[in-house]
Amino acid sequence: MSQHAHTAAANAGNQTKTAEKHARDNAEDLHDEGHNHGSYTSYITGFVLSVILTAIPFWLVMHGTLDKNWTVFIVMAAAVVQIVVHMVFFLHMNAKSEAGWSLMALFFTLIIVVIVLAGSLWVMFHLNANMMPGMEMDGQGPVTSNPVPGGDAEQQSQ
Amino acid sequence: MASAVNTANPADTNSDELVFYLQDEHEHAEGSSTALGFWVYLMSDCLIFAILFAIYGVLGSSYAAGPGPQDLFELELVAINTAMLLFSSITYGFAMLQMDKGNVRTTQLWLAITGVFGLAFLGIELYEFHHLIEIGATPQRSAFLSAFFTLVGTHGLHVTFGIIWLVTLMVQVNMHGLIPANRRRLMCLSMFWHFLDVIWIGVFTFVYLMGMLR
Repeated sequence: MSQHAHTAAANAGNQTKTAEKHARDNAEDLHDEGHNHGSYTSYITGFVLSVILTAIPFWLVMHGTLDKNWTVFIVMAAAVVQIVVHMVFFLHMNAKSEAGWSLMALFFTLIIVVIVLAGSLWVMFHLNANMMPGMEMDGQGPVTSNPVPGGDAEQQSQ
Repeated sequence: MASAVNTANPADTNSDELVFYLQDEHEHAEGSSTALGFWVYLMSDCLIFAILFAIYGVLGSSYAAGPGPQDLFELELVAINTAMLLFSSITYGFAMLQMDKGNVRTTQLWLAITGVFGLAFLGIELYEFHHLIEIGATPQRSAFLSAFFTLVGTHGLHVTFGIIWLVTLMVQVNMHGLIPANRRRLMCLSMFWHFLDVIWIGVFTFVYLMGMLR
């Protein structure tokens, strides 16, 4: 037993050293990344991009003459891009910070956020559609056309 | 066997004693995991806002025959507010850069400027709320207004606490200088502050701009 353990230990000896080295490297990585506060260039870049990405949607809504659907699309797109800009240039988010765990936590959160938002809007839209007065009037279902094919069947099963 | 392994000191790996696992956790500098922990907190805060956004999305068009976004919102004011928060974000960034260089005075100066922009943001928001309530658009008026005040108010409350935290840290830096603990705290507040700006992007996009397009 003892001998066996010693062999195992001997085999694992190198691995232990590698593991410690990894741990040390990791700690250094964490140190580097944890104290990465960017530079003037990165902050200014982020700031200029944010100003542009804020000005465009505000101008479009306040003075723009674009078609409404396009305005909505551009406003949403600008918001998404600006959030990414903030994450990268202000929050210094990258795949290496905290050995990738920050990004992992962010993705997990994003998944939950999408489920919460999309789920709430989807369910409540159908609930509202089914509460339409038109439904009681003719008994033929909601007046508004249903955007989801087969949505009626799914509602019933819910 | 067990004792041989357990007594081996992982610090001197050159000795004959070989271990096949790390007995002590490797060195964690004090507060080395704070950044990740604080990030996880921010993500949970993000979920709170996601829920409030979802509520606003569901109730945002239930006006109860009351005023809608187009009757209430003044985009000029919102644009100024957005600028205030954006300026405060970059001035906080400058404070962090000065902190890295170890300049206490300039760090404090940028922190103070950040605080002023934050206060300006809050002042404008409170003015807007006051105006809305004065003209009868209170949270009790309709589901839309309840959701609006909850979402925007929660963000404003975060900014308020951010400013309180900022002032606290300025006092701390004043008393103890840029010691590692203070640097760590400033880094956490930096994440908090930039995070609030990210949330504000969602607020001005979905609440104000989309409201005007409705």
